[in-house]
Formats: sequence, C-alpha cells, structure tokens
Amino acid sequence: MALLDGFPLLSALVWLPLLGAIVLYAIPGGDSPEGQLRSRGLALGFTVMTLILSLLALSRFSSNQPGYQLVESFRWIEALGVRYELGIDGVSLALILLTTILMPLIVLSSHSIHESVRGYLACMLVLETAMLGTLVALDLFLFYLFWEFMLAPMYLIIGIWGGKRRVYASMKFVLYTAVGSVLMFVAILYTSWMAYDQAGVQLPSFLLGDLLHARFTLQEQIWLFAAFALAMCIKIPLFPLHTWLPDAHVEAPTGGSVVLAGVLLKMGLYGLFRFGYPLFPDGAAVFAPYLAALAVIGIIYGACIAWVQLDIKKLVAYSSVSHLGYCVLGLVAGTSLSVTGSTVQMINHGISTGALFLLVGVLYDRTHTRLIADYGGIAAKVPVFATLFLLFTLSSIALPLTNGFVGEFMILSGSYETYPMLTFFALAGVVLGAVYMLTLYMKTMYGEVNPAREGLTDIRLIEAVTLAPLLILVFWLGLFPQPLVDLIEPSVVRSLQITKERSHVLRESELTREALIPEDMAPRGVLMQKQSEYPSRPMSL
Amino acid sequence: MDTRQVITSLDPALIPLAPLVGAAAAYGLGRKNRVFSGVIATFAAIVAFALTLKGVFDLAPSAIKEAHLWRWFGVGQVAFDMTLRLDRLSSVMCLVITGIGSLIHLYSTAYMADDEGMPRFFAYLNLFLFSMLVLVLGGNLLVLFIGWEGVGLCSYLLIGFWFRNLNYCGAGRKAFVVNRIGDAGVLMGIFLLLKHFGTVDFLLLNDRLGEAAALFDPKLAAVCTLIGFCLFIGATGKSAQLPLFVWLPDAMAGPTPVSALIHAATMVTAGVYLFARAHFVFDSAGAELGLIVVVVAALTAFISATIAVAQNDIKKVLAYSTVSQLGFMFLAAGAGAYWVALFHVITHAFFKACLFLGAGSVIHGCHHEQDMRQMGGLRRLMPVTFITYFISTLAIAGIYPFSGFHSKHAILASLGQSPNSLIVASAPIIVLIASVTAGLTAFYMTRSLVLTFFGSYRGHAHPHESPWKMTVPLIVLAVLAVIGGIGLEHSLPHYLEAVLPRAHAHESLAPIDSLGASWIGVLGVLIGVFLYGPLASVPPAIAKAIPLLLRLLQGKYFIDEVYQTLIVRPLEGVSRVLWRGVDQGVIDGTVNGTAEVVEVSGELVRTMQTGDVRHYALYLFGAIATMVAVYLVW
Repeated sequence: MALLDGFPLLSALVWLPLLGAIVLYAIPGGDSPEGQLRSRGLALGFTVMTLILSLLALSRFSSNQPGYQLVESFRWIEALGVRYELGIDGVSLALILLTTILMPLIVLSSHSIHESVRGYLACMLVLETAMLGTLVALDLFLFYLFWEFMLAPMYLIIGIWGGKRRVYASMKFVLYTAVGSVLMFVAILYTSWMAYDQAGVQLPSFLLGDLLHARFTLQEQIWLFAAFALAMCIKIPLFPLHTWLPDAHVEAPTGGSVVLAGVLLKMGLYGLFRFGYPLFPDGAAVFAPYLAALAVIGIIYGACIAWVQLDIKKLVAYSSVSHLGYCVLGLVAGTSLSVTGSTVQMINHGISTGALFLLVGVLYDRTHTRLIADYGGIAAKVPVFATLFLLFTLSSIALPLTNGFVGEFMILSGSYETYPMLTFFALAGVVLGAVYMLTLYMKTMYGEVNPAREGLTDIRLIEAVTLAPLLILVFWLGLFPQPLVDLIEPSVVRSLQITKERSHVLRESELTREALIPEDMAPRGVLMQKQSEYPSRPMSL
Repeated sequence: MDTRQVITSLDPALIPLAPLVGAAAAYGLGRKNRVFSGVIATFAAIVAFALTLKGVFDLAPSAIKEAHLWRWFGVGQVAFDMTLRLDRLSSVMCLVITGIGSLIHLYSTAYMADDEGMPRFFAYLNLFLFSMLVLVLGGNLLVLFIGWEGVGLCSYLLIGFWFRNLNYCGAGRKAFVVNRIGDAGVLMGIFLLLKHFGTVDFLLLNDRLGEAAALFDPKLAAVCTLIGFCLFIGATGKSAQLPLFVWLPDAMAGPTPVSALIHAATMVTAGVYLFARAHFVFDSAGAELGLIVVVVAALTAFISATIAVAQNDIKKVLAYSTVSQLGFMFLAAGAGAYWVALFHVITHAFFKACLFLGAGSVIHGCHHEQDMRQMGGLRRLMPVTFITYFISTLAIAGIYPFSGFHSKHAILASLGQSPNSLIVASAPIIVLIASVTAGLTAFYMTRSLVLTFFGSYRGHAHPHESPWKMTVPLIVLAVLAVIGGIGLEHSLPHYLEAVLPRAHAHESLAPIDSLGASWIGVLGVLIGVFLYGPLASVPPAIAKAIPLLLRLLQGKYFIDEVYQTLIVRPLEGVSRVLWRGVDQGVIDGTVNGTAEVVEVSGELVRTMQTGDVRHYALYLFGAIATMVAVYLVW
C-alpha cells in the first residue's frame, strides 16, 4: 500500500467516470453499430474501474479511526475561500460503494437503449462523477456544485431517452429540485459569511470543519436548517414534496430509474446527515418532530397509493416514497440504532428497488407496456424471471434474512425510543408493504396466462448477469449485515456526538436561552431509559 | 431455573440445516426427474427427525444445547445473535415437526405424484420445515421471528401453489397479509422488550425479569402486560384466533398435505409455542392479560365450532375445527398451564393431521371432490382411510381413552387451578363454553364422518383406496391418536418440569370415571349419528325451521364480508382518493399551479416590454408618482 501513499484516491474515484465520458466522445464513429458496442465496453470498463477504486478506498479505510479519511485538501478559489477538500467517513463510503456497484449494472442494462447510446452512457458517467463528488465533498461550496451538477445529466437522461411525457417529467424534476437548491445555496452563503464575520479569521471559508465552529442564534438556525431541509426533502422526497418522483420514474429509461431510486434519492438524506444536523442542531431539533410525522405520513400514504396503481413502475415509485419515509424517520429519531439503520436502509433500498426497476425494464423491453392489467399468469411462461421477481419482492417487503429487514428493523426499534407513537403508526407500513407488493406480484405473475403474453421469453443471460450481483447482496446483507453496520456505526456515533456537543456550545453561547434540560438519563434499575441522542428542545412535540 | 446448563453443541444447527439443504436439492435435482424431489425432501425430513432424536437422546432436564452461529447485527449495546438452542421445550416441538413432517412428506410423494410442480412443492415443504425449526429453536425473539415470517412465506407459497387459480393466490395473499398484522404486533413486542430490558434473548430476558421481580419493580407488571398483549396479537395472527382467524379457512386452497402439516399440526401452533417460550413475560403480566387471552380463546373456540357445523366442504369443516381447537390450546396457555397447551398441541397434531390426511385420501380417491354431499358410503371402498378417520374423530371428540380426551380434560382442569385469580373466578363460565364447544366438536366431526363414510355413495367418481405411501402415515397417526393421551399425560409434564412453570400432571381419573367424563363427547357423537343416520330427515327440517341462523352459520357470520366492507374496501377507496384527489389533484395541482402562476405573470409582464421609449417613460413616471404618494400618505 506504500505505493499508493499520496495518491489522490478520492479524486481519482470522482473524476475517472468523467474521463470515461470524455474518452467516449474522443473516439470517432461512436454512433455506428460497432461504435455503440465499443461505447458500452468502454463505459463498462470505466465504471468497473471506479468500482475497483472504491473497493481500494474501502480497503484503506479504517472505520474506528475518528474524523474524515483519505482527505485531500487544496486551495481553489481563494478570493471566496473555496477549497477543494474531499474526505470520507463510513456513511459516505457505504453510499459510494452503493453507487459504484450500481453503475456497472446500469451500463449493462443499457442494451435496451438504441438511440445514441454513446450520449446516454456519457450522461451516466457524468452523473456518476457528480454523485461521487457530492458524497466526498467536505467544502460546502464544492458540495453545492456537485449537488447541482447531478441535475444536468439526469435532466438529459429523462428528457432524451425517456417515455412519452419525458419533457414534462424532466422539466418538473429540474424545476422542483432547483427551487430547493437555490434556497440551500443562500443558506450556505449566509453560513459561511456568518462564520467569517465571527471567527475573525483571515479568509472566508466554506469548509465543513470551519463552519462547525460558527455560532448561530436559534432563530438563525431555524431558518438555515429550513433552507437546507427544503432542498434535501425535495430530493428524498419527503411527503408532500414527492410528486416529481412518480413522473420522473415513469418517464425515465430503466437505467435512469435505477440510478434515481438507487442513489439520487439518498443524497437528500446524506445532506441532512452530513450538513443539516451538525451545523444547525437546535434548528433541526425544532423541525425533527414535524419531519418524523411527515415521514410516517409518507410511509402510509406512499404505501396506500402504491396499492391502487395501474402502472408497475409507478407502483415501485410510490413504494420508494414509503421506504424513504422509514429512512427519514430513522434519521430524525436520532438514536445511534435508528440513524445507522437509516443508512443501512438507504443501501438496501438501492439494491432492492434498483433490482425491481431492472426487472420492470426486462418486461418493458419485451412488451412495451408497464400496465399491470397487460400481464397476468406469466409465472408459467417465465419461471426464472418470476423467481427473481419474487425474491426481490420479498426483499422489498423486508422479510427476515433478506437485506430489507435489517434496516427496517433497526430504524423502527431505534425510533421507538424517540417517537413511540409515530413508530407504532409506521408499523402499518410493514403490513401495507406486503399488501401492495403481493398484489402486484399476484396480478402480474399468477392466474391464467394473459393471451397477449403467450410468447413472452424468459430472462436473458445479460439480464441475469445484471441482476445476479444484486441478488447476492440481498442475501449477503440479509445474513451478514454486521460488516456494513460496523462500517457505518462509528461515523454515525461521531456525528451524533458532534451534533450534541455543538448544541451545548450553541446554547451556552446564548445567554437568554432557557435552562438546559437534563441530559443522560442513566439507566435506573432494570427497566432502561433511553432517549434520542440528538438534542431535544422543550418546545418540540 | 438457576440450574440450567448451557452446552455448546452443533445439534440445534444441524436439525434445520437438513431440510434447508433438502429444499435446494429437491428443487435442483427434481427438475431432471420430479420423482427425485419427493424422495430427497422426504429423506431430508427423516434426517431432521433422526438428528432431533440424537439431540434429544442425551438432553438432561435443564440442559440447553446452544449453537451460537454468528453475530447477526448489533449497534452499541443492542445486539442480535444467530443463536439456536435446543432445550426440552423446543425438543418437543422439533419432534412433532420433524416426525409428523416426515410422515406428511411421505404421504405427499403419492398425493402429488401427478403434479408437474412437484419439485417446487417439495422445495417449499422442506423450506417450511427449515423455517418452523428455526422458529422453535431460535435462542432469541428475533431469530424466532425469522422462522415466524419464514413459515408465513412458505404458507403463502403453498396456499397459492396452484397459481393458475387466482382465487388460491388471493387466499395466499390474505394469509400473508393477515399474518403480517400479527407480525407487526410481535415487532412491537420486540421494541418494548428492547426498550425496557435491552435484550430479546430468552435466557437473558428470563434473568432480567427475575431481577426486576426481585426488586419489586412497580412498572414490571404493566410493562409485561403490554408486551404480552403485543405478542398475543402476533399469536392471534399466526394461530388464527379472533379477530384474525379469517385467513385459515381460506388457506385450505393449498394442497391437502399442506393443510395437514402447516395449517393443522405445526405452523398454527406457533402462537402457543410463543406463549410457552416467553412464559416469563406472561407470568409477570397483570391478571387482565390472562383473562383477555382466555376470553378470546373461548369465543374463538365456540364461534368456529358453530361455523363448522354448517359447512359442507370436508376441508372447511376441518379448518374451522382447527381454529376451534387452537382456541382450546390458548385456554390453557392463557391460564398459565403451558404444558397443557403443548399437550393439546401434540395430541391435536396427531389426530388433526390424521383427519386432514384422511380427507386428502378421500379427495384423492374421489378425484378432487371436496363436497361431503357428493360422498358417502366410502367405508367399504376406502377401509384404511375410514378406520383411521373414525379413530381420529373419536379422539377429537374427547372420548376416553383416545388422546383428545386427556388433553381436553387437562385444559378444563387447568382453568380452575390457574394462578391467575381472574381466570379462576370466571372459570365456571369458561368451562361451560368450552364444554358446549367440545360437544359441538363431537357433533360436527361425527357429521363429517357419517356423511363421508356411511350411507351410500352419492358422487359420480370411482372412489378407490389410496396407495401405501398415503395409508401408512394414516395408520401411524391413528395409532398415535389412540395412545398419545395416555402415553403423554404423565410423561410430558415430567419431561418439561425443568423448563416450564407448573409442569405437573393433573390427577388422572380412574378409567370408569374417565368414561363418565366423556359424556359430552359421547352425546355429541350420538346426536351426530342419529341426525345423519336413522333420523336423516331431521336436519333438513331443522334447517327449514331456522333459515336465518343457518344462513348465518353457512356464511361464517359474514365476518369476511364485514372486514371487506368495513376495512378493505374503504381503505382501497381512500387510497384511490389519495391518489387521484390528493396526490394528483391537490399536491400536484399546487405544484403545477405555482408553475402556471409564474408563467402567466411572466406573460403579463412580457407584454409591457414593448420597446417603445414612451411606454417606459410612462412606467417610470407612474412608479415615482406611486412612491411619492405612498410616502406622503404615510
């Protein structure tokens, strides 16, 4: 490993896909049939190399070491104090791995794209750079650039390679998310400016590490957190900011849906975890109960609407609204169990829902319809496909020993300590999840064979190869989730610690603040008492 | 229980491993030749039975064989291990599961011989054995929950095994969803246990509860009542008690061996096992909880027995009978007589598996006819099936010396001797309901026996006796149904005394008194014999006399319809409104409306940009004038 010392691993990881996109266009004749094949090969090569780099990062990462690792820090725009600073902790590394694992599969699934394959793949590679950049950026300005940079390729992927209403869906996607982002940018500028104003340092800074020393009044925190949270909650999407998602999913090509559900949605949660909570702990504490309530509404609401969908893809899209509700609940509940569970669930949702979208794509490629009513009884025609669909369905409804269970269980049991009533209602999602997924499975797979589907062919080798890694992950993470938990948990605990300490500092600095509520309710007797590890405020619900 | 000795052993892991490997092998190799799948799966079940015997052989009274496999997941102090434990309690269940499981596997090799889906069937059946064994061997509530949901999945897959029939699949889905409601209760119980005791490991929990009790923790009873109630909700789902029993009758859509194994002998008794396994929670809970359990159990037993009286489908009769008998088990479990509940689990497994397999043999012999009105006179055509069915009917009717008598008698005796004062106080009423139910049981089972096997054949098929692979399991189970009661009455409590509280045999009656105590069963049988034999004209007359009641019973009290009308349809309707109205209407309307407002106002402002300097001068003048005016007025 000495060979790699000083090698900018994270930069290489982030920029390699972009290099791939450039290479795709640098080689002439990319749109001829041979060129298309070459483009696919190249894109696969670059995404696999990125995967290898991320595994290298994993091998060099030590989850018990505090702080960010593999840090690279350079001055960039000095006048503004913007630095190019990258670094990872367990949470970002887990999401990076999810991204780099999904991307080669998305490239493999591109066989269903026939028009300007090269452009599609280039967009995907650019998107990968943007996503990875968002996950490693430790400078808020840089983070914002990557964050906004994710929009452009996704806009093109939906707008060019999408379905009938692709223009509407892509516009909605961009405008919706841009509205939130703009407010977040204002908040970032304000945060940096306030920090500069107070600290009396020589230069302004956007570094997370520097901004964590900035002091804000409660009022400021509320506004700043609100601006951050709005951007993040649109991205997640949290009820009632979710209506762009079904449209985007339905219109997006298969690969676009996979990356959207698999990775993009998690960016909002990641942003809240990385920036929103540590920077504005008390502001977050004010909003937390409301966010938790919206999350639980989203769980039930998404599940109910998924139940009555007529379009398979829309059903899966609404199921995402429901599943992401769990993630939000776990995150805002703020126990180490629930936040770790939330991150685990982000990974698991990416795997299960990514696979479900790939499966829907398999059907769509053959029949060009996604309506549930156009199927029925096909289990008899396509037994392998039906088996795979069943297994991913079980993972989606969180059957124990599949990946889905671990995250959901950790979230719910962790959240129960903070929000018992809300967690109780969230359990309805456990039942409703079975309702909509099994209804979908029954209506598409079981019954007499729909005459229109008589000639349906079973899954092809390339499709099986695409799904196989995800299937392995479903059971691997279902049986042995502990390595993933070990990767994530120390970072979560540290982040919660930072949030809590910072809340103390902020409160002490504000003299007019009401008396601190007693912390650390020690276990009394045998019956244990635990509380959210986030700061809580008397004014909260 | 301080004397317990934990021994590290691989036995608890090997037992479920056999059917897991069997499931994979049965499916993989069975695709070449489907006969293999049955042989492999049956072999795997027998191996599991042998392994259980080996594990039980040297199991001391308070010994626990523990296989700690790996750390499943854990955060901070909360950790969940993959731990399997074989103690005397789980060993009893393992013996039932693998023993009866082996018989039913053997039976299925003949019953399913013509079905193309054999490999799938046997893979699911082995997978069920695996899940059920994990359920009973689980060392903590979360591993138990793996099995708990796993058996639910296998049940779903096997109910909808003939998936070309959408009604069957619907029944499977209903079973899974209704069970999930119960599962949510179990999860809630787990959250509460974690919150208050920091663990779900059964041994640790037992200790912590003991400590809390020793400290006279004032919250203990309330906490345990709540937790116990949550677990009971889970049990009402899995073990088909009111109000969640509706899935079990529909589950009869599955192949009949499945009904025998999953929906009579093993899976549905998981709730009873949960009570026995987590008995310390229920023992520490308030008396109200026990009363709730007993009342629910008594009502379930009685209501489902009345429904069974009016059914014409032989499997439906047995299904409602199962619900009713499960109610009996919960009477004992709620009263704290866990060993008695297990006693009835075992005897019921013998006679009800035998009855279901007998029904399967009849259905097989009558070419898939399930309506008893199309049967009759089969006793000569299917003698082995008839005799075993007859014996099991006497057993379930509670007639001495058959096994059902002993377990039912123990249940009724346990109510009065319960440590729960509320139950003791209400014991007379409960015993009355239970006795009436026992009489009804004898009656409807006799009815099914007479309609099926006596009289003359009314159907159009050519009934024939089933092959040996089907009759041998019947004979074995019938023998067990005869001797199971006498054999276990004293040995079972003795065997379990170190692992369950209050595991001591009730005083057994002298044979002559036992015969006397069988009077209610005998009465039920006699009424059945007469009403469907010499006095065959009476039942139609009764039916005419009470059309409404009959309609109510035949319609199963219309509970399904009530749920459908009050819960499912409104929820679906609300979901549609949420989608079309709220999601697409209000929320998306607001979003798109905002966009439109921006667009329209943009259009308006655009018209002002004429490029004419005079217009701009006018705007400028107007603006200044407005500002001055505002300034002056303020």
